[in-house]
Amino acid sequence: MFVRGLKRKCFDGEEDIEGTLAGIKAIPSYNLQRQSLLDMSLVKLQLCHMLVEPNLCRSVLIANTVRQIQEEMTQDGTWQMINTQSTGQASLDRLVSTDILCRSSRDQAEGKHGPAYGTFSKDFESDQAQDSSETMSTASSVQAPRNLQSNVWEMENPQENKGNFQKSLDQIFETLENKSPNSVEDLFSEVDNSYYDLDTMLTGMMSNSKMGHCDSLETFSSPTNTASNSNCKSDLNDLDHIVEILVES
Amino acid sequence: FLAGFGSLMQDMLWCFSQVKGTIDTGVTEADIISTVEFNHTGELLATGDKGGRVVIFQREQESKNQPHRRGEYNVYSTFQSHEPEFDYLKSLEIEEKINKIRWLPQQNAAYFLLSTNDKTVKLWKVSERDKRPEGYNLKDEDGRLRDPSMITVLRVPVLRPMDLMVEATPRRVFANAHTYHINSISVNSDYETYMSADDLRINLWNFEITNQSFNIVDIKPANMEELTEVITAAEFHPHHCNVFVYSSSKGTIRLCDMRTAALCDRHAKFFEEPEDPSNRSFFSEIISSISDVKFSHSGRYIMTRDYLTVKVWDLNMENRPIETYQVHDYLRSKLCSLYENDCIFDKFECVWNGSDSVIMTGSYNNFFRMFDRNTKRDVTLEASRENSKPRAILKPRKVCVGGKRRKDEISVDSLDFSKKILHTAWHPSENIIAVAATNNLYIFQDKVN
Repeated sequence: MFVRGLKRKCFDGEEDIEGTLAGIKAIPSYNLQRQSLLDMSLVKLQLCHMLVEPNLCRSVLIANTVRQIQEEMTQDGTWQMINTQSTGQASLDRLVSTDILCRSSRDQAEGKHGPAYGTFSKDFESDQAQDSSETMSTASSVQAPRNLQSNVWEMENPQENKGNFQKSLDQIFETLENKSPNSVEDLFSEVDNSYYDLDTMLTGMMSNSKMGHCDSLETFSSPTNTASNSNCKSDLNDLDHIVEILVES
Repeated sequence: FLAGFGSLMQDMLWCFSQVKGTIDTGVTEADIISTVEFNHTGELLATGDKGGRVVIFQREQESKNQPHRRGEYNVYSTFQSHEPEFDYLKSLEIEEKINKIRWLPQQNAAYFLLSTNDKTVKLWKVSERDKRPEGYNLKDEDGRLRDPSMITVLRVPVLRPMDLMVEATPRRVFANAHTYHINSISVNSDYETYMSADDLRINLWNFEITNQSFNIVDIKPANMEELTEVITAAEFHPHHCNVFVYSSSKGTIRLCDMRTAALCDRHAKFFEEPEDPSNRSFFSEIISSISDVKFSHSGRYIMTRDYLTVKVWDLNMENRPIETYQVHDYLRSKLCSLYENDCIFDKFECVWNGSDSVIMTGSYNNFFRMFDRNTKRDVTLEASRENSKPRAILKPRKVCVGGKRRKDEISVDSLDFSKKILHTAWHPSENIIAVAATNNLYIFQDKVN
């Protein structure tokens, strides 16, 4: 429902994006807006998979919108170039969520696939006449890590989580910068490049036993992560098992 | 006439007549009205709700004692049409919400209507009982059996008047023919068949046969991953029983002739308006998706509703509509917000008046709009409790798009998007309209001078 007075997270026309937590008031660029729309669409597709029975018309329209954005981004080359700098002006929760997905799917370092949608882009690049339900299922599989991640945050550190979301963009960047410059590269270079399917991606996410905001940053950057990833890969195959792990941790 | 009042005097004036439903601010989900339909004479008005119930109102006879009260609608029958079900194979619930009601033309004393939820269509018979037989030989007045050996006299039972009782009985259940959600049903002009349409298929039924239906349209791709378009609405031509149309989520309408092939996958006509490149955005396809399609009573035109407009098409011209009416173009700059809160997926219906000269459709903030095709004038009215004094004339409303807001205007940002008018109906021959506003049903009539 459209509640009166509720701050809209989205842009409209020439209005500024309100609620940027660092107080950055800037008219978002077209790329940013487009990215934001893509994010929103993927969340919607994921949500509709959780409903009783998804409204097929709505799902198809959203999937078509996602495909349109993908095609345009592929055409103007921005698909390859998405990084935290360009998304810096997005609202914080969007930034954080795409950041998480960046870390998991930017593992395909050589391919330099875009964040969050690594599997997406691979599929789209290989076949332009993309399948809608494959899109949808890929979207939902990509979303699963994000949602699981945020759910776990809420379970583990509700207060901290709220506090985290109110941190300024600067603080987030600081946290990232605290790692040595090389470690970010190491992070991605050492990870298995076969992170293309849902199983391996989820494995990579779930092998972080502690899911607190900053904790996950640290565990991700540790080199031992990759070893445990490949070990876990064969063991952790289905979502139920993954959820069990989350609950236990 | 005074210059300022000229247009007002010529336009039709609408008055509040009745409102049905509770005034409570908290709305029970089950009470939300999901469909409204007059029968062919306008004597009956049916509503369906999310709780699976059907309520039928009947117009009372106009009395000479109170000539100013033009036949009010009172509750005639209420029944539970559909119950919630569970699909065990898919582990999914099947909602009991009534998606559509369509009346059959009356052929005897009883009334018949079709009501449908997402999966099952039912034919209901609504009949009156105002007499009952009395004086049975084998049972007494309480229904207890009498001892035959005690009977010494035979009598003939007679019919005696009783209080009017209206019974609704399900006469047919048409089930298990739709994998996807039914969005439309339409009774054919032959009165022997009807069609039901879901997202990907349209089936043709005979009223007498419930265990078989003919599939006449199937747009399901062999590979579901290639699905990019769904069926959004369908309707039979009012006079030609072999012709029907269906609309799609891509803003197209296909007219099919059932005489050409058993499976009408190849359309006879294809209606699509070329896209306006200056208006193109990521939302273009979504707002072009047609939410309702209706033949005019004459059968010469079809009307379609998409998110921002209503269009009238001539059956003889496929490349563009002959008329386009802006319902709430001020929302065009808000499409992203409306996408975020899902309002952009709201399915508004549209209706013709009896003479096909005026068309009506709903909007937000409990506003609804009427467009006069002849004078090209339009009006925005509101269904609200504040304007609910008997025979109060409805004042036209105006949305202010920016700049100075005049008194009585409402700004776009103040619109209440939770108050949406999706379903309206127009009496087949008189200027009486029924407007469903969430859980309330408003009835308005034109002012009788």
